[in-house]
Amino acid sequence: MADSGVASGPAAGAPPASALGRAVRPVVSGRTWLAVIHLLTGPFIGVVAFAFFVTAAAAGVALLPVALVGVPVLGVTVWACRRFAAFERARFAVMLGVRMPAPRRDLSPGVSWWRRTWRALGSLVTLRQFGYALLRLPLGLVQFALVIVVWSLPLALLGMPVLGWLLPRLWAGADTGPVLGDRAGLAAAAALGLLLLLAAPQLTRALAVADIAIARYLIGPGSSADMTARIGELERSRARVVGAAEAERRRIERDLHDGAQQRLVSLAMDLGRAKARFTDDPEGARAIIDQAHAEAKEALVELRNLVRGVHPPVLADRGLDAALSGLAALSPVPVTVRADLPVRAAPSVEAIAYFVVAEALTNIAKHARATRAEVSAERRGDVLHIVIRDDGIGGADPRGQGLSGLADRVTGVDGKLSVHSPAGGPTVIEVDLPCGS
Amino acid sequence: MRIVIAEDSVLLREGLTRLLAEAGHDVVATAGEGEEFLRAVGQHEPDAVVVDVRMPPTFTDEGLRAALVVRRRWPGIGVLVLSQYVEERYATELLSGRPHGVGYLLKDRVADLAEFLDALDRVAGGGSALDPEVVAQLLARSSHPLVGLTPREREVLGLMAEGRSNAAIAAALVIGGGAVEKHINSIFAKLGLPPADRDHRRVLAVLHYLGAG
Repeated sequence: MADSGVASGPAAGAPPASALGRAVRPVVSGRTWLAVIHLLTGPFIGVVAFAFFVTAAAAGVALLPVALVGVPVLGVTVWACRRFAAFERARFAVMLGVRMPAPRRDLSPGVSWWRRTWRALGSLVTLRQFGYALLRLPLGLVQFALVIVVWSLPLALLGMPVLGWLLPRLWAGADTGPVLGDRAGLAAAAALGLLLLLAAPQLTRALAVADIAIARYLIGPGSSADMTARIGELERSRARVVGAAEAERRRIERDLHDGAQQRLVSLAMDLGRAKARFTDDPEGARAIIDQAHAEAKEALVELRNLVRGVHPPVLADRGLDAALSGLAALSPVPVTVRADLPVRAAPSVEAIAYFVVAEALTNIAKHARATRAEVSAERRGDVLHIVIRDDGIGGADPRGQGLSGLADRVTGVDGKLSVHSPAGGPTVIEVDLPCGS
Repeated sequence: MRIVIAEDSVLLREGLTRLLAEAGHDVVATAGEGEEFLRAVGQHEPDAVVVDVRMPPTFTDEGLRAALVVRRRWPGIGVLVLSQYVEERYATELLSGRPHGVGYLLKDRVADLAEFLDALDRVAGGGSALDPEVVAQLLARSSHPLVGLTPREREVLGLMAEGRSNAAIAAALVIGGGAVEKHINSIFAKLGLPPADRDHRRVLAVLHYLGAG
């Protein structure tokens, strides 16, 4: 479907038609009539939308002083606005063949529902969508009237000769009046009717194009100002992703330095001491070797756990589902894992999902004072939905370093991360990662 | 015991060979990749094989697939799979309904010589040896709740899943053999498993309950 696909002409590749055929085809074309139906249904949809949104917005505003009860009402209104805009975009796609991209959603990481609602209330996108919902009725009424005129006028004019011929034959004494009795007048009316009928598809199209333009402005992807804002947001998000990756590299370096590397140094020293003592003090050497043995095993465990936290081989091999088992077993807090992933996501998405779960479980072990945790991963259409839940003390700060780093990673692939962690717990982290393309 | 080793790292291959030879075993062949390994097994028909999961050319689960072939084609040969990381999913594939003569351990366990040799003996004798880390993963993924079990019973269940005998469980927990049996009976009763006195049948029941094998 082309972006401006309201064309009413013959399809490309159709056999060349006569001039008459070319002129008549738009009148009977399915696209023309879909456009007519589109314009005629507008006011009916508009009446429902108008009634609903005026009531909802009024109720929301009126209830605002009442302990902020209005906020959820307005939140629902905003949500309904978005759904209505999506419905209308779908209607434009089906009836007029115009595909309008949706405006970008607010993807700011780690933001609570309240704050998101609050932001959405003040956003231009919401305002435009709300305006569209209210405008649909008056706009639809005008379009309805114009479409009726555009099509009924030529039909009425064309009908006049028929009427002039029919009337005297139905009722012998019927008065045909000055117009219906005048043959020249009838011919002129018929000619004008035919002309207007052939022009009707063009006029219908013009109405549809106007409707599309209005809709595109109000519920479409938004103006260049929005695009600029979106680009700014992407730039910041990219900088955060790069920063997060850099921070992670530093963390890995530090972990290697403080962990395995130190252990190997100490191991080499111990073995050196044991070697020096070997002949004079075999018992002492033996004790040192025991210690070195333990140290070497510790180093292995630390290295393995380090890799486990970054990108274990099984993740690439058998996917997220299989890889989560290892994380669960590693956690000092008992973790149950439930995964329903019939299809694998892209490697980058799986890696981010894995990283998020790994970090969340580390945080739980460090801060939550939880007795148990639960990880669930499921595929919902094109979205990988992950929930990490614990029964700890809550109070996790979404803007804290760990969680905001996670959110940066998630927004880097246009995903969404939300944290619910009231003081006293429990903490629930939800992540949605788009898997499409 | 006659053994074939499949391990692509020369350092580890030589180390394992030396270690097993010093313990009195006979390493009849070593191989650095899957096909070569299977040829060696066919040629020597050893008592047991020791296989690394990651091998060329894919460096993913080459060794695991070779181990599965050995288990299918030569059911009498004990298969001990070693890996830098152990994964519940690989274990499930390896056990696939028949936890006899099979082991799956972290490479680190080789450092504890006595335990490693004991595991190898168990595997060659038709028993099983699962790494504690695999068992922990199986417990995390178990579709059945283990809520009714006491912490001690959980420990015993884990050791059973590792493939240990009553005596070994008693030694590991520093309790008497009678106490171990009491715990085991209680576990089987609580989980609703049919009583099984033989070690192998018991492992089978436990692993099946945990969703592996």
